[in-house]
Parts: sequence; structure tokens; C-alpha cells
Amino acid sequence: MVIETRKEGLYCKAGDFYIDPVRPVARAVVTHAHSDHARSGNEMYYASPRSEALLRKRLGNQIDFYALPFGEQVRFGDAVVSLHPAGHVLGSAQVRVQAEGEVWVVSGDYKRDADPTCESFEVVPCDTFITEATFALPIYHWPSIDAVVESIHAWWMANRIRGRASVLFCYSLGKAQRVLGALQDLADRPVLLHGAVAPLTQIYREEGIQLAPTDLAVNDRTRRGQDYSQDLIIAPPGANGTPWMRRFGKCSSAFCSGWMQVRGNRRRRGHDRGFVLSDHADWEGLIRTIKETGARRILATHGQSDILVRYLRERGYEADAIRSRFDSARQEDDAESKEEGAKT
Amino acid sequence: MKRFVELYEALDATTSTNAKVEAMRSYFATADSDDAAWAIYFLSGKRMKRLVKRADLKEWLVEVSGYELWMVEECYASVGDFAETVSLLVRHQAAPRPEAMDLSLSGWVEQRLQALGDNDPAKQAQIVKAWWTDLPASMCFIATKLLTGGLRVGVSQLLLAKAIAASSGLPRPVILHRLMGNFVPSAETYEALVDPNTAASDASQPYPFFLASPIEKDPGDLGLRGEWIAEWKWDGIRAQVIRRGGRSYIWSRGEELVTERFPEIEAACASLPDGTVLDGELLAWKDGVLPFSQLQRRLNRKKVSKKLMSEVPIRLVCYDCMEADGLDLRDRPLVERRQRLESLVTDAADASIGLSEIVATETWEELATLRQSARERGVEGLMLKQADSVYETGRKRGSWWKWKIDPYTVDAVLIYAQAGSGRRATLFTDYTFAVWSGKDLLPLAKAYSGLTDKEIARLDRWIRGNTIERFGPVRSVKAEHVFELAFEGINESKRNKSGVAVRFPRILRWREDKRPEDADTLEQVRELLRPDADTSGS
Repeated sequence: MVIETRKEGLYCKAGDFYIDPVRPVARAVVTHAHSDHARSGNEMYYASPRSEALLRKRLGNQIDFYALPFGEQVRFGDAVVSLHPAGHVLGSAQVRVQAEGEVWVVSGDYKRDADPTCESFEVVPCDTFITEATFALPIYHWPSIDAVVESIHAWWMANRIRGRASVLFCYSLGKAQRVLGALQDLADRPVLLHGAVAPLTQIYREEGIQLAPTDLAVNDRTRRGQDYSQDLIIAPPGANGTPWMRRFGKCSSAFCSGWMQVRGNRRRRGHDRGFVLSDHADWEGLIRTIKETGARRILATHGQSDILVRYLRERGYEADAIRSRFDSARQEDDAESKEEGAKT
Repeated sequence: MKRFVELYEALDATTSTNAKVEAMRSYFATADSDDAAWAIYFLSGKRMKRLVKRADLKEWLVEVSGYELWMVEECYASVGDFAETVSLLVRHQAAPRPEAMDLSLSGWVEQRLQALGDNDPAKQAQIVKAWWTDLPASMCFIATKLLTGGLRVGVSQLLLAKAIAASSGLPRPVILHRLMGNFVPSAETYEALVDPNTAASDASQPYPFFLASPIEKDPGDLGLRGEWIAEWKWDGIRAQVIRRGGRSYIWSRGEELVTERFPEIEAACASLPDGTVLDGELLAWKDGVLPFSQLQRRLNRKKVSKKLMSEVPIRLVCYDCMEADGLDLRDRPLVERRQRLESLVTDAADASIGLSEIVATETWEELATLRQSARERGVEGLMLKQADSVYETGRKRGSWWKWKIDPYTVDAVLIYAQAGSGRRATLFTDYTFAVWSGKDLLPLAKAYSGLTDKEIARLDRWIRGNTIERFGPVRSVKAEHVFELAFEGINESKRNKSGVAVRFPRILRWREDKRPEDADTLEQVRELLRPDADTSGS
């Protein structure tokens, strides 16, 4: 086993390092800056160069950070390690590990759909592929982002006619900027941002990502009784139901997530609209990627791993689920929204 | 059909009741009468007889989607709705056939769905599979919804009536009344519904029930005791009996015509004068009220045997009179309606029809003391009704309150979990709880509600990480978490391994302070079977 599971997380013995550890370790290779993958307390952090600013923003400026540029092979003990783009959010990486005569790839979170706000997914041939399985059910089939953003825009315009603010909930890192990128040609006024979304958006801009014009929803020019009826406001899910929301009065709310593909999830959240937009691979994306890596052994983690494992075994793969404390896909939702709720 | 799909999507895309009413109003304002009638039929939650077997549908979905049955079932478990699973799993053709889109709602129902049964099974499969692949996702979803039964979109009867009232210009109470009872979806029905001439109406048509709300404050704060009428809150089936045109009709609260299930009551109603409508409770009765479990034996059959009728006789205990001498009395004060009721019941002189006695006390304190005896009397508590209250429509707070006795409680261990349906489909929200019998945990009750969304999410996560075994959609989990359950009643039951069945179980709180070995035992639960049992449970 080039990579094994320990209580701290995925561990590579040959190179003596962990990937996305959940407990503090000496050396952590971090796939991306989402809170369920990047945790504080590690002695040394290794990630892609564009993850640096995001990690420092989330974990503090003091972290001991080492950049591993995409495609560049470095030695960790007896292992050769390189990072490759995962297409999930800015700087997100897959980790390729070569040791004991085998090649293993840990996908982290990834998607195959086009996304101009981050580096595109790269297929990395390997013997064993450790894949995420957040949306591993054939009911998940993403519509094109153009269609989704068009319907977000149409919803915003309809709310303007009714004189209502439009509050769009999406994760503050990745999803928010992807929406802002796609709104570039549609937005005719600055999109307003929640305080948790703005600094991450600023980092994206500094990395040269083109986004629609934005402004802070609440800034030093904000007056009492400010009229938001013409505005689109992007906020993290955790802001829902907080006093911060009161300023928008009677508003229309929507949630942007892959989970919105299922009507039951839309209704459970109690928003007016649910837009299907995910930074994870849909079912076809997962199956296609597994095939393209050429791997004969698949280890599935996060979400619907049991289903993916059974499906692959029936097709002749050696497949297993990796159990971790963070097995549930919903964990990600909640961890993300809790953390962001606390910041509001 | 296209317009109905658009209506559905408009209703689904908003949580605002005003926006929902407006969407329906504009649909009714321009829809043909037969389409409007079918729209009302489906929006009020009515469903057609099952046209196709569920197992057949699943098999067809396996064929059309190309996925194995287990995968189709996993998808269904995750989505919680069969029609939606179809619309998500099937790859729909990009260019739909316009003819299918242009057919009206009534055309779809009458010429396509209802005509499906005229074909042999092979042809049925071919037709349905073609709908799935040829229709766009939104329409495939609605067509399959209608095919498999109902369509629920969070529209209450009140909202529906409001929209029809707005589009027709008739008062809402008239619409509500006309919507009650048997609704045959046809152009004539819709035209009668919005007919400005309000005289003619169907003899069987019931009035909308007035529903009491649970009281949350101290009854002493309601005002003077003398301004309120108290009655026992019976633990039976709410019913409305109608005597009109020489015939009797019995309606349940769910607007189901249940006349033939209660022949003794139907016969007794013949002694009421024409033009009488009474509100009351159907109870199993032998020298007093019998437990609800006895009544249940009668509810499960459509045709009742002589034997069962003598074992479990039914009595209608009446508490209100909405119509006498053919006149609508709902606007009259309760005391006046009560007088009419008393003389009607006395004159009928039939043992199967009785009066719900008034619980007379001088003070609220005395009433509270009497309430303590509710359990021995076989009732659920008290009803408090303002003496001059009118008979309202639906659940209006203020003049009718239910003051129930505190429920039984036990501490039980979570042993199984299952994903919910509808809006809870992707979460484990249906739980089975057990109590100790020696060293074993025996299932006692299933409960679905009582936790906050946060607790549900936390428990969901714990369940995923602590599953021992999977049995289809059900998972067994480590015996670790204790919950305090509340329930309204308990009876012996041969069907359950534990030997007891509880009524209306729900979760009161997550007892994180308790270890599984601290949960109650079956012996402790069986203690509650005694009618004078202490209500504090554990």
C-alpha cells in the first residue's frame, strides 16, 4: 500500500507525509483550501502555488508553506510526488505519488466541466486512483453552466421588477467566484458580496481571474434603510437566518449547489430557487475519469462511495471504499456553512 | 399540459403564498373548464387509481436507463420520488414532439393516462417508455407524477380556494364549501364550482371542518371561565354526518365518504330530520368509550361483518350542528348551535347517536383538576370553545383550543435508520427505537419528527459513520444514542415483537446525558398499559 488510511488521514509511508489530514501532523500535502481538506495545526504545508494566498487567508499568515508547482516532481523520502490540476477551485490539485514501483493518484475534489476561474483537470495515468464520490449516483448530471447562469440572471431580473433583493447563497470559496466569472457579460451593476466572500474574491482577482464587478454589501457608504431591491447579493450558506440578512427586507433567496438537482433538497432548504451548479464531478464525470486514468484499482472516498464501489466491482474493477471520519458528503456542506456562519 | 407544467414550476419556484395564489389565479382565469377541473383535482392532492404497477414501472426504468435494478433503487432512495427519479435518470430527447406538448391537461389525463389500461402490458410498456424518452424532463416528471398518483406542491385547500375565488369573483367560503366532498373532475364540475348562482348544490356536500389549535398558554389567561364551554377531547375519528333528501352521508376529516363503513350510524341518521348536518366523533363504544385500537379494527374494512359490528359497536358523539332545517347555522354562536344540537339528538332517540357532555366547573382550577382524570376516562384531554364562537373554516386560532394531557414518555435506543421521503430524501430521518428486554433491544416505535434540522444533520452524519449492516434502505446502527420519546397511547399488540404498540410516537429530545444501558425496559413500558399509570414514564 503506497497510501494507507490512518486516523489522521491518508498517509504515505514511503514519503512520510499525509494528504489532507484531519488531525495535526508534521507534513501535510493539501489538495485545496476548503475547510474539510485544509485544517490548521500542521507543521508544514505543501500545496500548489495558487493555493498559498487562500490557505494563508483561511489558516493564518503564520503557516509554514511550501509551493509545489503543477507537474514538477519532488522527492519525499522514497517517494516521488507531483501535483496536477483538479479543476475544483483555484489552485486545487490531485496528488500523484510514485513509490514501491507503483503510481497512486489522490484526486482530492475535482470536476471535469469547464471553469475559467481555475486550472482545468488533468488526467494522470495511474495504477491506483483514490477518487472522491460526492455525487456518485447517475441522477447527478450537471446542466451546462451557461444555462444555469442564464437562469440565475433571469431570476435576478424578475426580482428587480418585483422590487426585491436577490440573495444567492453559495460557498464563499470557488462557487461564488465561478458564478461571478460567468456573470461578467450579464451583470449591469456591481454584484454585492458578503464579508466572507469578498476577501477570497480579491485573491482570485490578484491571481488574474476575470470576474464581474463587485462591491461589499455593507461598507462605509451604506446608509440606514439602504435600498437593495435592484441588487444581487452573494453570501455563504451560513449567513442565512442571521441578523445580517434583515437589511434586505423581503428578499428572494436561492441556493447554488449540486444537491439542488434533487427537488427534496431544494424544498428542505426552504429557498425560493435552487440552481444546480457544482464544483464536483457528476456521475458521468466520475466514471469517465476513472476510465481515463487507466487505473485497475479504485478507492472511493466521500459521499456515495459504497454505490460507486459496487458499480465498479460489477464491471471488473478492484474497488473499495475508504472510510474516514469525514465520509459523509453532507459534512462538507455543514462544515462549510458552520464555519462561514461564525464569521458573519 | 404545457401550461399546467408551467403552473407547477411556478408553484415550485416560490415559497411565497401570494405568488402561489397569483400563479393559480392566472391559470384558472384562462384555462378551459375541463383543464381547470383536473388542475383542481391534482392540486388538492387527489389521486387517480393506480394505473400501472410500481414493479412494472421500475422494470421499465431499468430498461430505459440501462442501469441495474439495485442502482435504480439506490437512486430512488436518494431522490425519494419515483417520477423525479425517472426524469433524472432518463436521457430526454432534445427536440420534443410538439403534439405531446400541445395536448391539454384533460386530454393528457383522459386520452393518454386513463386510456393506458385499454392496452396489453407489452403495449403499455412501450407507450410509457416512449413518454419518458420523448418528453422534456419537466413534462416527463409531471406525466409520471400523474401516472403514479398524486402531485403535491405545497398548496393548501385554503390557497387553492383563494385563487379560484380571485379568478371567479365568488366569495372564498362559497368556493371552499363547494370544494368539499366528492370532486368529479369534469367541465360541468368546474362550471358548477364557479357558478355565480349559489342556490343549487349537491346533497352530499359537507361543510369544511373547523379545527382547534393546541393551547400554548395557561387556559386561565383565556378570560372568564363562564365565557368558555369545555368538553372532553375524544380519541376517535372526527366525522360530519349529513341528512339531506332522505339520505345519510358520513364524511371523515380527510374528506372521505365513509358511510358504508358505519352501518349503525347510517341507520341512526335516518331518525334525524332532513336538512341536518352534525359534527362529532366516531367512537368504539360499549357502556363507555373503548380504546382507539378497537375502533381501528373497524376502520380497516370497507365492508363490516355482523360479528365485528357486535364486537365493536360504534357511537357518534356529537358536539356541533352546522345545519338544521336546511339552514346554514355556522354564523350563529356556539350556545345557540348547541341548543339545536341537543334537541335534535334528544328527538332522534337513537342509542348510536349521543351528545358530547359539557364539562361544567366553576373555575379553571377545578377544570384543570378534572383534566387529570382524562386518561382513566379514555379521552385525550379537554376542548375549550368560546361560548359565542361561530363555526369557522379550517384552522383559525382564537376561539377553539385543544388542551391535551401530557403524553407518555420513555427513553429508548436508536437501532435502525432509514432515509426519509420528499424533502428529507437524502437524509436519514426515519428512526426505529428500542427498549431493553433482558439483554436484547426490542423495537418499540418508529418516529420521524421532533428533532431540529441541526440535530437531524448531526445524527445523519453519525448514522453514516456508525452503520453496522445495510438491509436495503434500512441501516442498523450501533446502540449508542438514547432519545426521549413521547406518545399518546399504548395498547397490547400481537403484531410487534415487543407485544405493545404506541400511538403517535415522536421524539421529545436527544438524551445525550444517557448511556444506552440507561434506556427503559420493556417491563417499564408495559407498566403504562395500566390505565391509571403514572404519566411521567421513566
